[in-house]
Amino acid sequence: MKKRLLTLLLLAGALSAWAAPDPALVRQLAADDNSDKIAAIQQLAAAAEPGTTRLLQAMADDSLYALDGKLFVFDGENTLDALSGETVELPEGADTITVNNRLRGELANALAALKLFDDDREVRLSAAQELQSNVGAELAPVLAKAKAAEKDAEILALLVSAHAKASLQDADPAVRLAAVEALASVNTPAVRSLLLPLTEAAGESDAAVRNAAVAAVKSIERSLAWGDTLAAVFTGLSLGSILLLAALGLAITYGVMGIINMAHGELLMIGAYSAYLMQSLFRSQFPELIDWYLPAAIPVAFFTAAAVGVLMERTVIRWLYGRTLETLLATWGLSLILIQAARVIFGAQNVEVSNPSWMSGGVELLPNLILPWNRVIIIGFALFVLFLVWVLMNKTRLGMFVRAVTQNRAMAGCVGVPTARIDTMAFALGAGIAGLGGVALSQISNVGPDMGQGYIVDSFMVVVVGGVGQLAGAVWAALGLGIFSKLLEGWAGAVIAKIMILVAIIIFIQKRPQGIFALKGRFADQ
Amino acid sequence: MKHLLFTTALCASFATSALAQSGEPIRIGILHSLSGTMAISETTLRDAMLMLIEQQNARGGVLGRPLEAVVVDPASDWPRFAELARELIAGQGVSAVFGCWTSVSRKSVLPVFEELNGLLFYPVQYEGEELSKNVFYTGAAPNQQAIPAVEYLLSEEGGGAKRFVLLGTDYVYPRTTNKILRAFLKSKGVADADIMEEYTPFGHSDYQTIIAKIKKFASEGKKTAVVSTINGDSNVPFYKELGNAGLKATDVPVVAFSVGEEELRGVDTKPLVGHLAAWNYFQSLKNPENTKFIKMYKDWAVKQKLPNASTVVTNDPMEATYIGINMWKQAVEKAKSTDTDKVIAAMAGQTFKAPSGFTVKMDEKNHHLHKPVFIGEVKADGQFNVVWKTKGPVRAQPWSPFIEGNDKKKDVPEGK
Repeated sequence: MKKRLLTLLLLAGALSAWAAPDPALVRQLAADDNSDKIAAIQQLAAAAEPGTTRLLQAMADDSLYALDGKLFVFDGENTLDALSGETVELPEGADTITVNNRLRGELANALAALKLFDDDREVRLSAAQELQSNVGAELAPVLAKAKAAEKDAEILALLVSAHAKASLQDADPAVRLAAVEALASVNTPAVRSLLLPLTEAAGESDAAVRNAAVAAVKSIERSLAWGDTLAAVFTGLSLGSILLLAALGLAITYGVMGIINMAHGELLMIGAYSAYLMQSLFRSQFPELIDWYLPAAIPVAFFTAAAVGVLMERTVIRWLYGRTLETLLATWGLSLILIQAARVIFGAQNVEVSNPSWMSGGVELLPNLILPWNRVIIIGFALFVLFLVWVLMNKTRLGMFVRAVTQNRAMAGCVGVPTARIDTMAFALGAGIAGLGGVALSQISNVGPDMGQGYIVDSFMVVVVGGVGQLAGAVWAALGLGIFSKLLEGWAGAVIAKIMILVAIIIFIQKRPQGIFALKGRFADQ
Repeated sequence: MKHLLFTTALCASFATSALAQSGEPIRIGILHSLSGTMAISETTLRDAMLMLIEQQNARGGVLGRPLEAVVVDPASDWPRFAELARELIAGQGVSAVFGCWTSVSRKSVLPVFEELNGLLFYPVQYEGEELSKNVFYTGAAPNQQAIPAVEYLLSEEGGGAKRFVLLGTDYVYPRTTNKILRAFLKSKGVADADIMEEYTPFGHSDYQTIIAKIKKFASEGKKTAVVSTINGDSNVPFYKELGNAGLKATDVPVVAFSVGEEELRGVDTKPLVGHLAAWNYFQSLKNPENTKFIKMYKDWAVKQKLPNASTVVTNDPMEATYIGINMWKQAVEKAKSTDTDKVIAAMAGQTFKAPSGFTVKMDEKNHHLHKPVFIGEVKADGQFNVVWKTKGPVRAQPWSPFIEGNDKKKDVPEGK
């Protein structure tokens, strides 16, 4: 959008004479002192002469250069003299005008103010949205003018709130009162922050305005409380979904088959590296489809991790069935081998896995409740994987065989179930699910050779708390642990929360060693 | 097993290059984590050291003797740092060690260096509160990084912050720095209620709750800024979350002390434009020394086929390493010996034209450098835009005046 506008402006500039605002003000943009620059920006925006937008946009984009009182705009191809519009060579030693946060805020506001009178509704809307934060008193006149001219209800509401924000420091108490009353219905944390100083005598001299501000802050706080609670629950759900993805594979290999697989974390790592490899492949082969590397990584991760699982089961684990301690040691050895292999292949450093653009940013449900897309999608993905596992275990022949073999190996063998092959398949399934978990983890945490180590404890925690042998147990344990630890973290900080969770689990396991869900019947004693 | 972990670098092959070099090689230890949570920051320092040693050998070595790098990997495991430091000094007989990033690793090797009279060059900014005859601190002390950065946030130019979130990884550096900053903020009239301190474990990767807390803290009616002393790869999820949660630098600026060009390589920096970092060097500085330094490293990365060689960046601790090894070389040449005590004596007052564009000096007394301070804002391309700098190099105060009782401490290491 911005680009289109710029090209339009440039076209207009090419057709007519180069339109440039007051030369003295333009030169002031390169002043030494930022306060002078800001004064120039504000005056230029207020005058709103043609060519101002292009100039200020260039400054915001770091493409306004200055040398000895001369300014140059670099439009990506050509360098133009900011005042005459002639195409020139960028002189040696010309440097961009440094824009810091203070200037950037001013520029954004000035540019938005200039766009408030655009013919395009979308442009006006985005300008009005931009003007919701850091609006200074100097914008009040232009906002009042825009407010009077605006017909669209949505934009008008935004402009009213922007104008009220800009008028909070007005000299006239009546204007301030009107502003506070207008803002009382805008339930955002930013407004609360703006109104808080007015609730104290030091910040507001007029008692009527002060009372109105107190009432407004109260009503805003009431509506914000909801958002805070929901946000805490959501972060808990999100952590729970991650724990679940990490632990689901283990719920099959350990929970159902009874294999203590210390290399489970490394299967997650293999899944994450698969995502990384697919990203690299897409980057080099299909750069235009880069956003879709992640869906492509899902089957790759599943089958790669499953293949490694088959290899592990066939070479090591199958010789150790029923010998828990030996399995533990052997799989721990396997985990070290896998970590070292990853180090040799990919290097010891973390690799960069970027979120696809559709997973960046977030959706704003309430003013203080932004749900980041990557978290929302991971929760959805966890549900999908859970459904997949449930179907496989409960609705397919393979699932039935797996359950049969784990419940009574000898009897299953007698009725013709190929137990050895079922073991391999079940282990491969658990490993593949871990691979899927790894793909999800690659989106929110660092991908490195020893990333799995951080999840192995959490995974065992989930499976043990949930109750060995129970998929439903793993789900409840993951969500419970997620929400519980996020609530604790908000209250006691991340370090203490981690300790408290571990203590709580130790106590829980002592009181209820069978986990949340216990198996019933003859099988329970095995 | 231990010896398997030692990978004596290929530098021996350079020793036999055309240049006439005779005598025993001088061995130099490189003690940086190449795996674990700190590998994100420390691996490049190993690369920089290997490059500088190779370069020095091409110039004829030091005292006519070639340099030989002994690389070890302490794997972000603090006790391992001490074991490997002992192995380097006592077992491998190195003349100097360049290494450590986190203060906890430095604290862990310190007794070893003092006991065996070794020589450590420590290239990273840190919390101060330490002075050892056996260590040269080429990174910043608090008054060369943390204090100016917070002063900038308080100023009108930096947004005039009135409330501060002190966020860090849970170990000695962030805790001490935040203690100093709290005292400093108090001296500037910031109340305790306007300071929030939060810590996370090493390798923490879920920053949702903390970002939500920061947002809440920031909506209490006063301009808020975040001071981050998060170390290692936790920074990647932290900045990702920051971007996704829509916390913009114009609203709540985050200034970081352990995040530079290298740490931001794995992050989409577009939502992070305007967040800050304070260092004594940025890759974006424009001066001939820096151009040379960047080109040297980029060429070397391509030649060595480092991962992502086309996008390598330089950063502050690399510059500090560069200054450190060059000063060590100058000191060895002045002392005409690699003897620890002679080199320590010769280090005093050494100067070097650094890529920061200033001539930095090793203080005659306190083993710290006089360095310039820069504050930069993140740009969309992951580089930093310098928005504030000191007029010239600043002398380090290892004993911060903001900690009680420090005024009585001597500015010279014990036993020197």
